[in-house]
Amino acid sequence: MNVFELLETISFFTILLILVKPVGAFMARVYQGERTFLSPVLAPCENLLYRICGINRDEEMGWKRYARAMILFNLALFAALFAMLMLQHMLPLNPLKLPGFSWHLALNTAVSFVTNTNWQAYSGESAVSYFTQMAGLAVHNFVSAATGMAVVIALIRGFVRRKTSMLGNFWLDMTRGALYILLPISLIAALVLVSQGVIQNFSPYKTVPLVQPASYDKPKQDTTGKPVKGEKGNPVTERVTVKEVTIPMGPVASQEAIKELGTNGGGFFNANSSHPYENPTPLSNFVEILLILLIPGSLTYTFGLMAGNTRQGWALLAVMLLVLIVSFGVLQGVESIGNPLVSKLGVRGVNMEGKEVRFSLAGSSLFTVSTTGTSCGAINTMHDSLTPLGGMIPLSLILLGEIIFGGVGSGLYTMLAFAVIAVFVAGLMIGRTPEYLGKKIEVREMWMSILTILTAGIVVLVLSGIAMISPSATASMANPGAHGLSEVLYAFASMSNNNGSAFAGLNANVSFYNILGSIAMILGRYVPAVAVLAMAGSLAEKKYVPPSLGTLPTDKAPFALWLALVILIVGALTFFPALALGPIAEHFMMNM
Amino acid sequence: MKDLKTAILMLIIFTVICGGVYPALVTGIAQAVFPYQANGSFIVDKNGRVVGSALIGQPFSDPKYFRPRPSATPDFAYDPLGSGGSNSGPTNRAYLATVAERVKSLRNAGLSGSVPAELVQASASGLDPHISPEAAMAQVPRLAGLRGVSEVALGRLVQAHTEDRQLGILGSQRVNVLELNLELDTLKP
Repeated sequence: MNVFELLETISFFTILLILVKPVGAFMARVYQGERTFLSPVLAPCENLLYRICGINRDEEMGWKRYARAMILFNLALFAALFAMLMLQHMLPLNPLKLPGFSWHLALNTAVSFVTNTNWQAYSGESAVSYFTQMAGLAVHNFVSAATGMAVVIALIRGFVRRKTSMLGNFWLDMTRGALYILLPISLIAALVLVSQGVIQNFSPYKTVPLVQPASYDKPKQDTTGKPVKGEKGNPVTERVTVKEVTIPMGPVASQEAIKELGTNGGGFFNANSSHPYENPTPLSNFVEILLILLIPGSLTYTFGLMAGNTRQGWALLAVMLLVLIVSFGVLQGVESIGNPLVSKLGVRGVNMEGKEVRFSLAGSSLFTVSTTGTSCGAINTMHDSLTPLGGMIPLSLILLGEIIFGGVGSGLYTMLAFAVIAVFVAGLMIGRTPEYLGKKIEVREMWMSILTILTAGIVVLVLSGIAMISPSATASMANPGAHGLSEVLYAFASMSNNNGSAFAGLNANVSFYNILGSIAMILGRYVPAVAVLAMAGSLAEKKYVPPSLGTLPTDKAPFALWLALVILIVGALTFFPALALGPIAEHFMMNM
Repeated sequence: MKDLKTAILMLIIFTVICGGVYPALVTGIAQAVFPYQANGSFIVDKNGRVVGSALIGQPFSDPKYFRPRPSATPDFAYDPLGSGGSNSGPTNRAYLATVAERVKSLRNAGLSGSVPAELVQASASGLDPHISPEAAMAQVPRLAGLRGVSEVALGRLVQAHTEDRQLGILGSQRVNVLELNLELDTLKP
């Protein structure tokens, strides 16, 4: 790492830490229904919205009703997007006359965007119309993020409130999150991105001449579209000269901003945030990484503030930062060594396969750990082409359960489930009744925490196992051997944990991955979310236990370290065997 | 059921706000304040003809041009309709053979010394418009011979087209290959 990359990294974390407190405090005000500086503009819109939808703002919900509202809303979203994808050829703003999706791709894509996963088994520029991008996918970016935030706020209320069954109103939390937090930040961020060169228009795709015409051998097709075979069965090709190319256009910046801010990650283009129209400069790259970590990081402060002790939030943030920075260091280190098999050919420098020149290695590595530590899944680097140990970093960050900052909302609620487990295990070791934030941790909380943290892991291992014995699944691998296993493991890890990035060589647009992936995404999203709400419901009913001498302080460094260890141990116990067969085996093969 | 009705109404309203009002607002401001960037950063020559985008690389294979990075877009290199990387794993034999071939082709074109990685490893987007200044300088001797321009003059051209790190620290130094080659054509066609 050269001195510039070091400075870039340090200034990045400094700016992030400076922003955590004001943004976190602002979010606390929003969710507690207090006035903010945006109220003069937004409060009238908000009130109008409640009137139209028949929402009573004084009504509170118990955990079951909160969960039901969340699921009904998500079902409605799913149905609307599924229909839009199947029927996009009949809808407006489709200048390229793109056809509708196949049913299993539409299913996978709709589930993917509703669950905040944004796994993409299609290629944006050649499959999705402007209308679908805007009225479908971009809308989901907002509401799926706001849904995740609402759930964590309900959990925090569960810790804070005493002897009540009420957790707040889902509709209010959802609306306020989208209106006061996501929309204003996205608007500003989108404009900053446009200033850097991210496009924002509704023009048809643009045809541009090439300075030097290119030619290539195109496989010949007969009138029915089948490849023509020669006498020996080899495909016949014809020489084609390309004099001009078609450059896709579209409303990219508006989607790019919320895609990062809402930790969604679904790219407008197939190349996602490595595409020069999505991420044109080192500064746009810096801003995009900041957007990815902004809300998940700041929510820890919101949590501390609402819980009445901001150090509780800082302790969680410290754990996240620790794991993220160590992961960054490892990734940066192994990638800068490069690929020894390529170095042998006389090539010098870092591993540049699947990386862009403008970002520098640090800009690529920082994006990679941020997008996989959170459940974002946008990419500016092709994870499939990282060195084996380099590729293990994003894979491991996903497998830890998306808690190293994590998805907006979902990251913090999963982290809080881990904190409950950590308190419980520590309680067993020192022989005290476990308490967290003044609430006794009992059997019900443990069940719900375990459901929250283990669901995704079980789904990953079972589905990857099924894939390994299904010929139709292994046929999709792009790379042979251990790397192929990594591709499949990454695919299910990404979908179960609602990340959405990929070892993209895998051809995922086949019914096997589309259907099993949909199941993985649904289980990975809703089992934890409902379990968390159930835990919130039972916590809210408990009385407050004031801290005593025997209480484990959860706002101090020893607990933060303990929590980090618990997370790593759970992750290692669950996934080490699979990692040993994938990236670790490949690493040793590469260095033989 | 009351919550179902609310859910459907919320869906409609948020589709209008987030899918209609928000992108329209961003488009309106972007087109007014940053029209060049919002429309694709297209380069126009002195006759008013669009010759490419400053952000989207082009496939130069002719030895009399600076070579861009390899591109893994399907069909042909730098096809903007098929953005993406090779997704080749680091131990994939077919991939390593491709890299070896690229190294050989650079050697045949007269490149000596160690090969800059970005000239033989494909970019993430397949459209990367940049190479490092070192990778451009490594090609100067070949171009000086083919174009009949002195190495010093070409070196100065590369330097003039080297973009520095943004704000002094962000990203890497880089040279835009399309802009450099356009300039090369005007300097000595």
